[in-house]
Amino acid sequence: MPLLAIERWGKSADSAPEEPVVLTVEGSHGLLIHAVTKAAAALGAQAGARLTDARALEPGLIAVPADPAGDAALVQKLARWAGRWSPLVEVDGDGLRLDVSGVAHLFGGERGLVGDIRKCFARTGLTAHVAIAPTAAAAWALARFSPSSRRLPTGERELLEQLDPLHVSALRLDPETVRTLERLGLKTIGALLEMPRLALARRFRGGGDVVDALDRLIGRKDEPLTAAPADPPPRAALRLEEPATHPEAAAQALERLIPKLVHELQQRHLGARRLSLMGYRVDGSVAAVSVATSIASRGPRHLQRLLADKAATFDPEFGFDAFALTANWSEDLGAAQDSLVEEPAGTRELARLIDRLTVKLGQRAVRRPCAYESHLPEQASGWVAAVSSPAFAGEVARAARRRGPSTSFAGPPPREILGRGKRPHHLLDHPEAIDVIYATPEGMPRRFVWRRAVHDIARAEGPERIAPEWWRQPSSARLRDYYRVEDANGRRYWIYREGVIGDGRGGLPSWFIHGLFG
Amino acid sequence: MSVVSRVARGLSLVAGGSVSAQVRPVLSDRLPRGLDERWHLPVPSSPTLNEIFAATPRDGGWAGFLLAQIAQDKPLLWIQDRMAILESGRLHPPGLPSQNLIHIEARDAKDALWAMEEGVRCACLSAVIGELWGDPRTLDFTATRRLAVASERSGTPCWLVRLGGTANLSGARMRWRISSAPSLLNPLDGRASGSPAWDAELFRARGAPPGRWSIAYEADRFHLVAAPGDRALGEERRLSA
Repeated sequence: MPLLAIERWGKSADSAPEEPVVLTVEGSHGLLIHAVTKAAAALGAQAGARLTDARALEPGLIAVPADPAGDAALVQKLARWAGRWSPLVEVDGDGLRLDVSGVAHLFGGERGLVGDIRKCFARTGLTAHVAIAPTAAAAWALARFSPSSRRLPTGERELLEQLDPLHVSALRLDPETVRTLERLGLKTIGALLEMPRLALARRFRGGGDVVDALDRLIGRKDEPLTAAPADPPPRAALRLEEPATHPEAAAQALERLIPKLVHELQQRHLGARRLSLMGYRVDGSVAAVSVATSIASRGPRHLQRLLADKAATFDPEFGFDAFALTANWSEDLGAAQDSLVEEPAGTRELARLIDRLTVKLGQRAVRRPCAYESHLPEQASGWVAAVSSPAFAGEVARAARRRGPSTSFAGPPPREILGRGKRPHHLLDHPEAIDVIYATPEGMPRRFVWRRAVHDIARAEGPERIAPEWWRQPSSARLRDYYRVEDANGRRYWIYREGVIGDGRGGLPSWFIHGLFG
Repeated sequence: MSVVSRVARGLSLVAGGSVSAQVRPVLSDRLPRGLDERWHLPVPSSPTLNEIFAATPRDGGWAGFLLAQIAQDKPLLWIQDRMAILESGRLHPPGLPSQNLIHIEARDAKDALWAMEEGVRCACLSAVIGELWGDPRTLDFTATRRLAVASERSGTPCWLVRLGGTANLSGARMRWRISSAPSLLNPLDGRASGSPAWDAELFRARGAPPGRWSIAYEADRFHLVAAPGDRALGEERRLSA
């Protein structure tokens, strides 16, 4: 990408493209020109020249400091994006190298691949010179020194034909060696290739290794590609020599995979939050399960317990020939020792218990209370999955203390306001309609019928009025008057009357039972 | 009651432990046995499995009795099966003394029992409470016995609450039948209910005689209260004391 810097600048800046702008970097003798716009190039500025020289030719040049770090970041981003063509992408200076062996047919041959790459880069607004060659060095040389060539070298002969006229600097030698070669009259690669190998080796011993560069160019020497460093998730794999068809195969494989994975997690100081176990069958199908943990963990016994039940459900069908255990999501976990004696630490034990319960019963079944800001009792006491809740109530309280008083914090509700015994310990999911005899319009209830049983109210306390939340509910919502009532047998209930007579939001108020007191 | 004993009682109430320890030998041969001792609710000597039968599923009284006996220092594991939630409501944290709890909505009694056993094996919980509806088939002697043994081994108390169930064979060490009783007089509002009271029947216990008491929970301990029929008289006495 020869014009990356200037094109990136052109995208971010809002100046007209016809202005003569040069990007500059600090050189040892003042500012050097790093990249130029077309307009500036027409006025004689060129990359690598000193800014003062260019200014001497054309005083109207606009100099802008370049941003090499930003350019490099863009190249990194493009490298990830180039993963669409090949899994092996390497950043090489301001260019990208892709290993396309076995890939090209997906894009309709090498020609199609080059076309696709050109098209995609054109869409991003970046100029890209693309070349495909049998060796990485040759591709580098072709992309930079014969960008106009549309021919794709297929054999060695064609490759040499294309490389022959290129200047020796296409070999990526250091400038001093290039200058020496030029002085010797060896200006093209073709001329260099005709020289006796031994003589070249003797002449260019040490510094710029010309022979080595030539070898890499025509493929006599390997130049492996180092793909952009990705961070693969910790993974343990097990290949079986013969397909295992017995039902316990997965469980047995798990026993061997977990120590491997735990070892890798230990090496990288990670703890697993989500694990997936895959069983690859001979017929090409895959069995997979995944489990999650509530705190990062790499305890082999714990992971084993989590996965064992799931692994037992794997159906071998025609037999498994490989297993893989991957920690898809992991978090940093340093080495920890809780105590000198081997004693289960409370927090971790609890987290493991939650994991086991969640794995078996599901996230929706294992929950912790979480208070919400609402006046309606059924909405004020919410629940969150225990696995994803902010660890533990103790820690939550500690965090709250650290953060200071906060009203929107999902901690315990303000007890000092509610007071003890003001709220029932059991709340019906859906308030049930009851028939109540009461003194109209807003008197105490006297007797009610719930589920066909008559309860004579001996004592009652109330009303506690909870107004509808007008910012959330429709305007037709009615207020609730809650009463704590006790029947003749001492059973205590929380009942409410919805609405009052004459509130203009419906007819006669109706009564509901909402909770049980102990 | 002699003057000495009355003074001694007053002393023990006012000054607490050390004085009463000195006075006690003097009292013990004067008063009939048990009269100077405060009544204590029978509790198991070490954490184990207790079973509570709610008098009726519509009676939430058992929860007050249970919550009064549970330590709050560690999280609580509260398991309800789906039928229990439908019939007598879901747990409502604002009504509980502590928010530090894990709630499990089990599909059926089998899941609930499994979760209880997992919880009971863990020493990091203050208690495991399982609310089960009716008489599930999986809840047999073996299941309760397993819970009792696990609970005794880990030291985590386990409470099995039976809503609308019958008291068949069980491995629980203490089996209670709890029904609400008319609450005590509310000192601030005569028409409102006061501290909760229960009719507690201990119908099977290991190492303790069974019995039936009318009790209330006030000031961090259980008291005996007069039976509801005598309540007017009993309350008068209590208030004047």
